[in-house]
Amino acid sequence: MSELLNNAVSLVREALWDPLPGWFQLGLVDLGYILAILLPLLLAVAYLTFAERKLIGYMQVRIGPNRVGPRGWLQPIADALKLLLKEIIIPTNANKFLFVIAPMLSIAPSLAAWAVIPFTDTMVLANIDASLLYILALTSVGVYGVIIAGWASNSKYAFLGAMRSAAQIVSYEIAMGFALVGVLMAAGSLNLHQIVLAQQGGFHQWYFIPLFPLFLVYFLSGVAETNRSPFDVAEGESEIVAGFHVEYSGMAFAIFFLAEYANMILIATLTVIMFLGGWYAPVETSFTIFPPIIWLLVKVAFVLFFFLWFRATFPRYRYDKIMRLGWKIFIPVTLIWIVVIGIATFYTPLGHLFH
Amino acid sequence: MTFELLTFFFFSAVLVFASAMVITIRNPVKAALFLVLAFFSAACLWVLLEAEFLGIVLILVYVGAVMVLFLFVVMMLDVNLARMREGFGEYLPMGAIVAILMVAEMAIVLGSGEFSLANMPQPAGHPEGYSNTKELGRLIYTVYVYPFEIAALILLVAIVAAIALTLRKRPNTKHQNTAQQIQVKRSDRVRLVKMPSEKKPEN
Repeated sequence: MSELLNNAVSLVREALWDPLPGWFQLGLVDLGYILAILLPLLLAVAYLTFAERKLIGYMQVRIGPNRVGPRGWLQPIADALKLLLKEIIIPTNANKFLFVIAPMLSIAPSLAAWAVIPFTDTMVLANIDASLLYILALTSVGVYGVIIAGWASNSKYAFLGAMRSAAQIVSYEIAMGFALVGVLMAAGSLNLHQIVLAQQGGFHQWYFIPLFPLFLVYFLSGVAETNRSPFDVAEGESEIVAGFHVEYSGMAFAIFFLAEYANMILIATLTVIMFLGGWYAPVETSFTIFPPIIWLLVKVAFVLFFFLWFRATFPRYRYDKIMRLGWKIFIPVTLIWIVVIGIATFYTPLGHLFH
Repeated sequence: MTFELLTFFFFSAVLVFASAMVITIRNPVKAALFLVLAFFSAACLWVLLEAEFLGIVLILVYVGAVMVLFLFVVMMLDVNLARMREGFGEYLPMGAIVAILMVAEMAIVLGSGEFSLANMPQPAGHPEGYSNTKELGRLIYTVYVYPFEIAALILLVAIVAAIALTLRKRPNTKHQNTAQQIQVKRSDRVRLVKMPSEKKPEN
């Protein structure tokens, strides 16, 4: 029986797979990997919205969505269907081309960044040397979707939202970049895979302990960078309706929504990879209870919980206070800690604490 | 034609097209967006040349920060094209001289044969595990450490100067002192008064 199956498989292989040219085979395999990353990611995005509504509901002593499917489990599917079927309205005098590509510009970087994320020791699509730089570059490109959406909509509210968001993202990127400088000083590598390997050996080796200020700055800048509450002035409902995506409807709006949540998951994953030991278990034992990927996912879910918790807890920051926090607190903190790491490594015997 | 050559031609075509659009398109916002596309294609070309660090930093710095601020300003400006075209004839001879000089200079440099293929041997391939970033860092902090530090210092002075030039204190505006606000205690703001919850009715 198994011989028959093997024969059939090899027959199919000879007939269909082998005659394909090499680059095409490579392309197909890579496409398979990409789908294997993106499909679970999009599913996770859908259920993150559900988790957000449920969790915030419970925090506010409500039940949250519970009508569609058992206990509301099909709610994200229903939302997606609704948004797919709605009409996309293009405002008069809007720049049609830019209006349509703005959502794509906002989601493309947040999906492309996943190419270099190492999920486990072996599970990584592209293990490139400059992966940290690649991530920084791509997350900084995401702001174009917001700016172009605000400008192309030909609406005052959208434009104000875009301006706010652009200023905020550019300011917080500096703090974020400096926090990452600390990580790469500690790990001695720009490669995310190497950064996780350097944190092997139990939770006391994870970088969130020696780099605690950078950890806080990175995570909070990540919250600001994704325009999440309490830093969501770009879409401050009480002031500028919905900010940069006020003119968008249907699937065009849904793509902005997807991009925001995909960015949240990306920031959470990066926080885990750089500060919380990636796929390593908190305590190193000779036997493993869970496979490494489960540890990574559990930690990512834990960090994502903070995003939702913040939203349920804090009131929105005022715009000038956001700028003050970014420029006058986060950037000096990261600068000082980078100097501390450098001096400790080269002039004191305490250098091992940071590595 | 190899795959590498094909991608090179693709990115260079996009780069030339985008650069041409930057100077020909009327709308300044669109021109800035084409400049972004030009930077992006240039970064891709650099990555093809195995300069991945420079390529990514080009995207990070120019696309991610400089052009965002540029767009920020251009979008808020109300550019009046008719008024800008007023002095066209007046500046034309000057502009033409500069353009001709630039073309001549480029022709002299590029046509001298100094950059011909014969003078540019194929660079040797790098072994596996060669890190562009590491090599660059090693050179910058050893051989070129003084030029690098001087350049950094000049930039720092420029930042301080730019802030000093634009910082102006207006005497009549009110400012908040956040640190002071945070340090406020309850006793500073609220006075608790003890009193009976209701008055006894006077009979």
